[in-house]
Amino acid sequence: MKTATVLEVKQLREGAELPILEKPPVTREQLVRYANASGDLNPLHTDDEFAKSIGMDGVIAHGMLIMGFLGQYVQQLAGKEAFVADFSMRFAAVTRPGDVITCRGTVARLFEENGKQAAELQLTAEKAPGKPVGSGTAVLLFGRQEDR
Amino acid sequence: MDIDRSMIGLSSKPYTAVAEQEKARRFAEAIGDPNPLYEDESYAGQTVYGETTVPPTFLIALGNNAELPIRLDVRRMLHGEQAFIYHRPVRFGEKLVCTMSVADIYEKEGKSGAMQFLVLDTEMTDENGQLVAVSKNTIVYRPAKKPEKGGERN
Repeated sequence: MKTATVLEVKQLREGAELPILEKPPVTREQLVRYANASGDLNPLHTDDEFAKSIGMDGVIAHGMLIMGFLGQYVQQLAGKEAFVADFSMRFAAVTRPGDVITCRGTVARLFEENGKQAAELQLTAEKAPGKPVGSGTAVLLFGRQEDR
Repeated sequence: MDIDRSMIGLSSKPYTAVAEQEKARRFAEAIGDPNPLYEDESYAGQTVYGETTVPPTFLIALGNNAELPIRLDVRRMLHGEQAFIYHRPVRFGEKLVCTMSVADIYEKEGKSGAMQFLVLDTEMTDENGQLVAVSKNTIVYRPAKKPEKGGERN
């Protein structure tokens, strides 16, 4: 597994491409573990027969598992210095067991919020080059947070 | 049931949720997220979080107790978008008072005709009534009885 490095505030510049995070292939066992850990027990994610009965080829991953991968990526980029204030994802395509998800990010915008440095990241999760399963954004705030 | 804009503003009764560290540990493990921020107090103490906290998508696991006064057909629901807005870090063990409400309902023209979108906000406040976080779930509510392709069923 390739892992991302931590973002350093002095290295931030708009348009910069960030180091990627490549996840190990999604497995059926992982979908069962995620179902139990998240409370999303929809059999579409764990039962091939059920998935076929509703017209799918077999089980598909929880969209939220893929957002969890992007969350891992974002929290890792945030390191010790940044707070993940706002994190969103739009789901675009299904992920199946065996798919290898790569998380990518770019610095979309740098700005200040309440006197603190903030960075908006543009994120994608893809199962092959040019085949995104979803896209998202995250706003990182640098420095210790009082209530926003 | 079908949905329409008169339902905007409807909300669930408040319910209490607690972010448990053991549950968050299993959640992070299922994702394969090894960040020490969720478990290691001495590491977390050196971060802007000040102490251990939840993985960024963990709030989804706290939202299963909401009962809206409308009956949605889960077979018509696809998870379209999800957002988490943190006003401050979530602390393990603290009581969060959660209320889910219908924040918006709108239509968009899709490939197969008009599609309805339902936005459900779950606001989480602490015991002092201060807003801690909001989980925003955008659901694609498909027409009844249509074959489906792609997307994520809820």
